[in-house]
Amino acid sequence: MNHPIIPIAVQGASRERKRQAPKGRRVEPQALSEVQALLGDESRQADLLIEHLHKIQDRYGCLSAQHLAALAQEMRLAQTEVYEVATFYHHFDVVKEGGDAPAALTVRVCDGLSCEMAGARDLIDKLPGILGRDVRIVPSPCIGRCEQAPAAVVGQHPVPFANAEIIAAKVAAGETKHVPAGFIDLAAYRADGGYALLRDCIAGVHDVESVIAKMEASSLRGLGGAGFPTGRKWRIVRSEPAPRLMAVNIDEGEPGTFKDRFYLERDPHRFIEGALIAGWAVDVETIFIYLRDEYHGCRAMLEAELEKLRADPPMPGMPKLVLRRGAGAYICGEESAMIESIEGKRGMPRLRPPYVAQVGVFGMPTLQHNFETLHWVRDILEKGADWFGSHGRNGRKGLRSFSVSGRVREPGVKLAPAGITIQELIDEYCGGMLDGQQFYGYLPGGASGGILPASMNNIPLDFDTLQPYGCFIGSAAVVILSDLDTATAAAVNTMKFFKHESCGQCTPCRVGTAKALDLMQQPVWNVTLLDELSHVMRDASICGLGQAAPNPFDCVVQYFPHELTK
Amino acid sequence: MNVTALKFEINGREVEAFPNETLIAVADREGIEIPRLCYKPGMEEVGNCRSCMVEIDGERVLAPSCCRYPTAGMKVSTDSKRAVAAQKMVLELLMSDMPEKEYTRHNELDFWAGKMALGRPRFAARAQVPRDASHAAITVNLDACIQCTRCVRACRDEQVNDVIGFAFRGESSKIVFDMDDPMGNSTCVACGECVQACPTGALMPAREAALAVPDKKVDSVCPYCGVGCQLTYNVKDNKILYVEGRDGPANHGRLCVKGRYGFDYAHHPHRLTKPLIRRAGVPKTGDFKMDPDNVLEVFREATWEEALELAGGKLAQIRDTFGKRSLAGFGSAKGSNEEAYLFQKLVRTGFGSNNVDHCTRLCHASSVAALLEGIGSGAVSNPVMDVTRAEVVIVIGANPTVNHPVAATWIKNAIKHGTKLVVCDPRKSDLARSAHRYLQFKPDTDVALLNAMMHVIVSEGLVDKDFIASRTIGYAELEQNVAGYSPELMAPICGIDAETIRYVARLYATSKGSMILWGMGVSQHIHGTDNARCLIALALMTGQIGRPGTGLHPLRGQNNVQGASDAGLIPMMFPDYQRVDNPAVHAKFEKAWGATLDDKPGLTVVEIMHAILRGEVRGMYIMGENPAMSDPDANHARESLAALDHLVVQDIFLTETCYLADVILPASAFPEKTGSFTNTDRLVQIGRQAISPPGDAKQDLWIIQQMAQKLGLDWNYKHVSEVFDEMRHTMPSIGGITWERLEREHAVTYPCMEEGDPGLPVVFTETFPRDSGRARFVPADIIPANERPDADYPVVLITGRQLEHWHTGSMTRRATVLDAIEPDPVALVHPLDLSAMGGKPGDVITIESRRGKVTLYARADDSSPRGAIFVPFCYYEAAINRLTNSALDPFGKIPEFKYCAIRVKLGGQVEQQGSYGGGQILEDMAQSPA
Repeated sequence: MNHPIIPIAVQGASRERKRQAPKGRRVEPQALSEVQALLGDESRQADLLIEHLHKIQDRYGCLSAQHLAALAQEMRLAQTEVYEVATFYHHFDVVKEGGDAPAALTVRVCDGLSCEMAGARDLIDKLPGILGRDVRIVPSPCIGRCEQAPAAVVGQHPVPFANAEIIAAKVAAGETKHVPAGFIDLAAYRADGGYALLRDCIAGVHDVESVIAKMEASSLRGLGGAGFPTGRKWRIVRSEPAPRLMAVNIDEGEPGTFKDRFYLERDPHRFIEGALIAGWAVDVETIFIYLRDEYHGCRAMLEAELEKLRADPPMPGMPKLVLRRGAGAYICGEESAMIESIEGKRGMPRLRPPYVAQVGVFGMPTLQHNFETLHWVRDILEKGADWFGSHGRNGRKGLRSFSVSGRVREPGVKLAPAGITIQELIDEYCGGMLDGQQFYGYLPGGASGGILPASMNNIPLDFDTLQPYGCFIGSAAVVILSDLDTATAAAVNTMKFFKHESCGQCTPCRVGTAKALDLMQQPVWNVTLLDELSHVMRDASICGLGQAAPNPFDCVVQYFPHELTK
Repeated sequence: MNVTALKFEINGREVEAFPNETLIAVADREGIEIPRLCYKPGMEEVGNCRSCMVEIDGERVLAPSCCRYPTAGMKVSTDSKRAVAAQKMVLELLMSDMPEKEYTRHNELDFWAGKMALGRPRFAARAQVPRDASHAAITVNLDACIQCTRCVRACRDEQVNDVIGFAFRGESSKIVFDMDDPMGNSTCVACGECVQACPTGALMPAREAALAVPDKKVDSVCPYCGVGCQLTYNVKDNKILYVEGRDGPANHGRLCVKGRYGFDYAHHPHRLTKPLIRRAGVPKTGDFKMDPDNVLEVFREATWEEALELAGGKLAQIRDTFGKRSLAGFGSAKGSNEEAYLFQKLVRTGFGSNNVDHCTRLCHASSVAALLEGIGSGAVSNPVMDVTRAEVVIVIGANPTVNHPVAATWIKNAIKHGTKLVVCDPRKSDLARSAHRYLQFKPDTDVALLNAMMHVIVSEGLVDKDFIASRTIGYAELEQNVAGYSPELMAPICGIDAETIRYVARLYATSKGSMILWGMGVSQHIHGTDNARCLIALALMTGQIGRPGTGLHPLRGQNNVQGASDAGLIPMMFPDYQRVDNPAVHAKFEKAWGATLDDKPGLTVVEIMHAILRGEVRGMYIMGENPAMSDPDANHARESLAALDHLVVQDIFLTETCYLADVILPASAFPEKTGSFTNTDRLVQIGRQAISPPGDAKQDLWIIQQMAQKLGLDWNYKHVSEVFDEMRHTMPSIGGITWERLEREHAVTYPCMEEGDPGLPVVFTETFPRDSGRARFVPADIIPANERPDADYPVVLITGRQLEHWHTGSMTRRATVLDAIEPDPVALVHPLDLSAMGGKPGDVITIESRRGKVTLYARADDSSPRGAIFVPFCYYEAAINRLTNSALDPFGKIPEFKYCAIRVKLGGQVEQQGSYGGGQILEDMAQSPA
């Protein structure tokens, strides 16, 4: 045999190293005592891994390999189990031995579509020169402030309508924390009749059956995007064997979506009461509230309000309310990925079946709801099943909270009748287009819902109405494009996002998003190949991310062919 | 579970299946081909590659056939346009990122791409990563990685080593070792399961070992530990290229680093290829320095005729001059059953005494003594695999991740499925991390801990009264004895708080099935038999024996220590544990062997060493053992061996023992011969010849027969099967196992009394093989170690093995990969003890007992308890058995390897390594093309 000479053991452990200690990285006593001090007497159970990683990241500004090794030992996990979780989430900065820790302060500038249209790219290019080396500038996927585009976050402090001067001022002033104010706190909520409905449920004024029946009759559907009928979900999970759990999804990350934050910032107890009623109806033991990490202010506020509630519970035997902090991962908005994350793991969606209702958090039947769905529970039960369905337009029923951003005069959350058309929404709710700009096209459902041309401005916006056009409404994140934009650029922006946010589990999405972006950045699109790619992504991806990722480029090919022939 | 079949359609064809079968399994059965990459039978189905997508009528998207189950009336299409398009596109996406270079001859991606007639991929390739060749055994080529996570599942779910992770995200997703460390710097234990699992060669044997095409594959078993993993040798030009795990009852395809990478010792240039005779005038001294490279300074080459004439002739002469008991023989637990049987028969009929023993004396002799006394059988009651059926498993005095690595994987698998593991050990083994409770009791206090547990079980009424009444004798004495051992009283002695002792006792006693596994930490004490008696009593008083998922399992060390003991390679028993001093048995064997036999038990290993110095034993025949390294107080053992009038050693290398020989007979390595081997589970398996011995080296069975003829025995076994057939006619427990069946089934468990019996993995279900059919309680009291630490020798020495090296290192330190991973002699010292001495990790230390001293490197390792140092006994340049104490357990005659007093100081000169060890094989390979 004629083997080439292969250099061996050049990077492996030296003989000296082998004499010194057992294989692999050893835990340094100092790192261990630092981690022990941070964790205090908190539980070391494995599902708290992400929570504990946050503690280290918050305290030390990064996750050093030594701290990770110490945490692994403390939690009786393997080092790689800690590492693979830490490297999955964008908001953890893992620093290996000899690596450089990030600058003490990080400014995240949103490069989501709406922010990009508002000049985020320019900001990202300019800021390093202005802020210098002590501040790290990180382009960030949608941070849920699209109506304030371009938006940025200094440390943990959000900056609406950001420009270099405002950011520099915040940095100079050390304003890196967000202290929310002006919301309806527990006392105010109670004063206004809050939690009375819950008390009535507990007291037997309403029985479970009638409440579920009311929800079923209300035409309320899951407002995270999937649109599953709410009452039916309660009934299904209730029929599963106990113990049952509940998870509330406030990981809204679909670019263009900010409605959950909008309501949460103003009226946090409304969804909690909804959750407790749902939890009562379904008889759950614990309610996990999964909040996206970007909403730092909401987290602080929610932590405080939950603490008040625990101190003075509105019901006897209140289910445990557990707030879990995301760590920067769009995919964790997918219900099963969120459950994995709640369990302290990488947010990789599970294969269905089995469904979350049967096998959810810790393998138990789980009632999973989007925040906004629960936000409406009180109103529906108080005002009657017909109330919610009494709204609607163009033959559709219900209310939708549209997150509108882009080239309109008045972006924001618009509570409008389901079935409204885009033109009606722009004209009646958004004050029309920005001055001098022409309506060109729109994304009816965030990055994944596709792109439609202005000519198709009369489609009722609701669940099920956009499917014939290869689009969907999802979380009702509407981004308006004008004659300053192209659908191609919007599609490239969204594909970059999908590539960035793909969890990496399945081939069609992991490889597909990368190859699609590559094809879309060629001077001439290979439409045939993109079409084949689209089919495999739609047909064979595990979850909605990969299945919907081709929507934007498919829409460009179908509705904006003129852009491709320029 | 009562599962009824259902009917559904695949590709328009109606098929029948069970609802718990995956679609891909049904398709396979029906002969319908579907591509698959992340799917591997035996692993959890994860459905991430998406190459096995099929179309199901009425479903919005395609479904992964590896993760979907049929329902009645389901209509599945594997070959629809849509399904095939998806299958092909997934393969194309993956193909587009593959490197030009081939890393394996069995690339599954290429295979399916070929099957599906895929053209050149149309996508641009990803940015690629450089290879990682930092590990001696495995090369990592992530440019060929398809992120299927089969390696992750192999490492995490199967072997539960938890080294490989799937890190980062999206397109950056990456297989990592620990924290994305070079593999050679990681905690990887090189079991190679990931390599075996990888479909594309992204993980491959180092130095492209598996790219050559073998000219034959030989099914065999592993030559190392007692787990008995089945494997396949891939051979080309009489050289083993690489080894693969095979689906045996004990391993189901799994192997450890020794089994997978420890094979090339057989090809080492040090192999003895010619008989050697000691040169006239070269003296024998116990304090020799040896180097196998300079063998001809001490020995001269001889013909087989001359060597055998001298070897056998001189032994016969001693026998005839000084009497039958002036000779002794050490057989080997590394040899086959047939070799062990013939060797003991040679000693008993050729030498004429029962002075035959082997290394079982050094490992589980005390356990066997206690087991024979208490339950009438020295073998395990339940196989290791039963841990997967147990609710509670106690592992005490054993470090299976190191010494029985594949057995440890089953324990770790069981934990993942809810079994509660309790580890009791002064040394904090890797298993402690996954243990439900870890009891780090003080060295030497086993009886205190175990009696306290029994005290709890008795005083809290947790005993199984029916079992005690119907199946045992002697309970009253035991109950009385443990009354004085309350947990509160024992806590300060054993170092475990009373509440924990109570908790563990209750847990063990009240579970549906509790199993105890133990190792040398229990047996190698002067109270080793007492330790084992306590474990037996625990099982008996709670009725935790005689059912699946319960019982007693002393983890046997050598690959054939069970078989060698069964075959009578012990001084007090004929084959099958039939006592030599039982007149009926004695008469039976005299008749069977046509010879006059000694009816007095012979001397044991350490007793023989003493007898030599007393002039009582003058000649020895040692086959495949290395007492100069493995015996306690090795300086003394070497003096003894040097004092022999005549020493014949049969081995494959010039061992330390060979160095004191008069005649050395070059023998065969494990893969050079065929024979049967009995594992720790009482499983008899066949090791098959894969290569031929080098030079004039001969198979051991031939050599034993030649020796027998020189001793006047008229033997003529033409084939190993003839020996086996003779064995089974003298050994009732294997009476029903025929050689043909072994060849056909590869493995048969005994007891198997009659031909056609299936063999019994779980025994003692109805009775115990004692006279009354009842087991016996034997109480034990605390006896301290023979040599306790004192002002002069304040530290405790514990000896044992490490993962990469086998026993005295003669094989493994000549195996390229194993030697490269552990090249130097180390002592495992607690980091705080080391810094208290003023030392740093890796510093040279000298440790000394009243019997000897060695100098070696101090490895900071908190697995050692404070005040104790652990040293493996495989390093010739720091032979730790020079220090150990030869004090014996009075029943098992086992030496106290696990406890003696030493002192430690920084500094000293580590003895220079000779022509092996220190990683030199791999270094040489690196410098010159193979």
